[in-house]
Amino acid sequence: MYPRAVVERARAAGLDIIAITDHNSAENTAAVAEAAAGTGLTVLPGLELASEEEAHILGLFEAGTDLGPLLAVVYENLPDVPSKRSFIKDQVIVDAEDGVTGFNPHCLIGATRLTVYEAVRLIHGHGGLAIASHIDREAFSVISQLGFIPPDLELDAVEVSPLLTYAQARAAFGLLSAHPLVQFSDAHRPDEIGRAMMEFLLARPSLEEIRKALARREGREVRPS
Amino acid sequence: MKLADLATRLDLRVFTAKGKLDRPVAGGYAGDLLSDVMAHAGKDDLWVTIQVHPNIVAVAVLKELAGIVLVNGREPAAETIERAEREGLPILGAPAAAFELIGRLHGLGVKGS
Repeated sequence: MYPRAVVERARAAGLDIIAITDHNSAENTAAVAEAAAGTGLTVLPGLELASEEEAHILGLFEAGTDLGPLLAVVYENLPDVPSKRSFIKDQVIVDAEDGVTGFNPHCLIGATRLTVYEAVRLIHGHGGLAIASHIDREAFSVISQLGFIPPDLELDAVEVSPLLTYAQARAAFGLLSAHPLVQFSDAHRPDEIGRAMMEFLLARPSLEEIRKALARREGREVRPS
Repeated sequence: MKLADLATRLDLRVFTAKGKLDRPVAGGYAGDLLSDVMAHAGKDDLWVTIQVHPNIVAVAVLKELAGIVLVNGREPAAETIERAEREGLPILGAPAAAFELIGRLHGLGVKGS
């Protein structure tokens, strides 16, 4: 995780808003937000929650939200750390100058004991938007893990990966889900930032505005870039 | 029993780590939820699964498994092969479904831990 590279790449790609959605954690958002200060880039905190069924759900929150209480629940529901702890060295906590300040000691690569319904409720309970991650992927998507998108799962949107074009995604998944369809970069490295994005028509770069755009309320809109 | 023996006797296809099959198989574990495998598989177990994505290599290495058998004729993804070769992790395959393959493994003495 290199906050300065993330901010640089995001600005170079023409992005105005990004969200940091690390796996089962969110300790690095503040550093990226700090690195973005004064650049015109809005950084929203978030995470990618792995449900018990191994479906990934994105949680996006308003800038400046303290995700401490939410993370406490997540960490409580992660598996015990295996004795082979070599994976912990990859779970860095960084500052705005790309310095490593610590390591997340939890088993972040695991799945939580939260069902997908509990995951969505947890995200909503902290004012966030719940988006089903990469539903087109063969693993870790609500479709691959549950067989279909449960109609009573209160998602705010479903996401497809950059592997398809938005048009292909629309054709493949448009009818499978009543939810708004979005496509983001799911960047795991700086050079993947900007490989997919959505255009939002908003009054200001906030989560509340994004929520309205997804629901097509009050003139706010969203469309593929 | 060694993994090489099982591969021969069950006519398994070998996708990776061809030179590393001379390792013991203590037992077997079947599962497609990685979290479940991480919680329950034992050291030197042979893992039977349909999952082909690169994370299966991380799990197998973390749990020190004997190897992975992909069923239903599944083939590992390109990155999975790359990672498995790097880790020296054997990934094998069979056209049979899990239920059938596990029955045959059990018959050869590969039991649950």
